[in-house]
Amino acid sequence: MSWKLFSLLLQASGMTILVSAFAIVAGLIIAIALSALRLSGNRLALGFVAVFVSFFRGVPLLVQLLLLFNLLPALGISLSSLSTALIGLTLCTAAYQTENLRGGFAAVPPGLIESADMLGFTPVQSFLRIKVPIALRLTFPTLISEAILILKASSLVSVVGVIELTKMASNLAASTFMPVELYAAAGLIYLAINQVVTLIGRFAEGRLPGTGVPAR
Amino acid sequence: MTTDDIPAIACNKVCKSFGSTEVLKDITLDIPAGQVSCLIGPSGSGKSTLLRCMAFLEEATSGTILIKGQPLGFSEQDSGFRARQPASQIRAVRANIGMVFQQFNLWPHMTALGNVSAALRVVRGLPKREAEARAMAQLEKVGLADRADHYPSQLSGGQQQRVAIARALAQEPRIMLFDEPTSALDPELTGEVLNVMRQLAAEGMTMVVVTHEIGFAGSVANRINFLDHGRLLFSGSPEEVFRKPRHPRLEQFLDTYLDRGASMLV
Ligand SMILES: Nc1ncnc2c1ncn2[C@@H]1O[C@H](COP(=O)(O)OP(=O)(O)OP(=O)(O)O)[C@@H](O)[C@H]1O
Ligand SMILES: [Mg+2]
Repeated sequence: MSWKLFSLLLQASGMTILVSAFAIVAGLIIAIALSALRLSGNRLALGFVAVFVSFFRGVPLLVQLLLLFNLLPALGISLSSLSTALIGLTLCTAAYQTENLRGGFAAVPPGLIESADMLGFTPVQSFLRIKVPIALRLTFPTLISEAILILKASSLVSVVGVIELTKMASNLAASTFMPVELYAAAGLIYLAINQVVTLIGRFAEGRLPGTGVPAR
Repeated sequence: MTTDDIPAIACNKVCKSFGSTEVLKDITLDIPAGQVSCLIGPSGSGKSTLLRCMAFLEEATSGTILIKGQPLGFSEQDSGFRARQPASQIRAVRANIGMVFQQFNLWPHMTALGNVSAALRVVRGLPKREAEARAMAQLEKVGLADRADHYPSQLSGGQQQRVAIARALAQEPRIMLFDEPTSALDPELTGEVLNVMRQLAAEGMTMVVVTHEIGFAGSVANRINFLDHGRLLFSGSPEEVFRKPRHPRLEQFLDTYLDRGASMLV
């Protein structure tokens, strides 16, 4: 396979990384906001979060993307392919990440919040300063797994017209009649990216200050 | 009446039930300002619950709790209706109180200095430098200035508890509540925490200490309050507590501590 073809794949993997990284970060922020709603104990908020999470976890991502791609124009909203892909992927990972964070928030020892209460923290302050950092540390490994899943699932955004790694490989395979080489190369690139994510995860996990809340 | 005559904490007919279990029964108790009051009693007698009610970490089922004369948690209205105070008012009254927990409850993701300075920054809005300078002064006071950049997991239990005390003191409370501050510690680490508490008592801090350290209670407390099955059975000076004859329940309770270093006081 020529260097020319391989560099086209590498360029397309930039799109894969961009879409995935955006979805992971934006999805995390939404997941934290949904967790706050969930912890508020408000019934309406609880219901909303439950419906959100079960919809985006229960419906295949491909169907979600196709639905979004056709629904938005029908509602008179015109978005680029990229925006549609970003929204679809973000909402999906937000649902999974909300579920992953649930255990983390539940594992924050209540005494840590009581000590914040006694020092005058408002509930919002203790959520942001105490609960979120601890829940994130406790669930950090699941965040890394989620990042890897999203990197792989990002191949689906080609259905809304975004050319990322898998789509580029399939386009090139059709025009060059070298499908095995191209898909093998694409697979290796995914593998390399995910290997890097895993390593970053390992490196960061050992270094997050105060990782591992003492079991009490 | 001068302000010094107002009890630091006044509990009036405080009752607390968890479901159908009555844990506190009609507790009326004044905590005098500038003194050390100990709460002793058998396990399950309601000591922690009473202390937590004083901080409104637990809501009394009935009765009132006044902090320096101000109601905490509920305000009695003219009609006699007991209304829950808005959160901001609860925070304002609670600002008088510092609390130290059995399990330290330090935040694991912050250093010792971070733990002590966090509330100064977040709650008081002090700039980082000033907050850290004040936090450092508190850490010095408990003898841990050299451990400022250690995380809780890198500190011994005794050191963690001293950081927790420094953290509470940094908010300049007028009353300090301690719930068995040394019972999660190995005996050799207990002393360093008790010494910090003795120093605090000598400075005239109002303290309420739930403790099984009868020796500490006997030597430092101005008043000892004995709880049993949710009732305040006895309240008096250490001399009165250890003088015979005693209430039979108190006698029985103290007997179990004879082999725990308290014998010299009895
Ligand atoms: N959140 C709760 N829900 C139900 N029951 C509770 C709760 N907290 C305490 N209790 C019960 O209230 C009683 C008094 O508990 P408390 O913790 O105040 O006792 P204590 O005197 O501090 O005991 P110890 O010396 O073991 O700490 C116990 O019977 C306990 O089981
Ligand atoms: Mg207790």
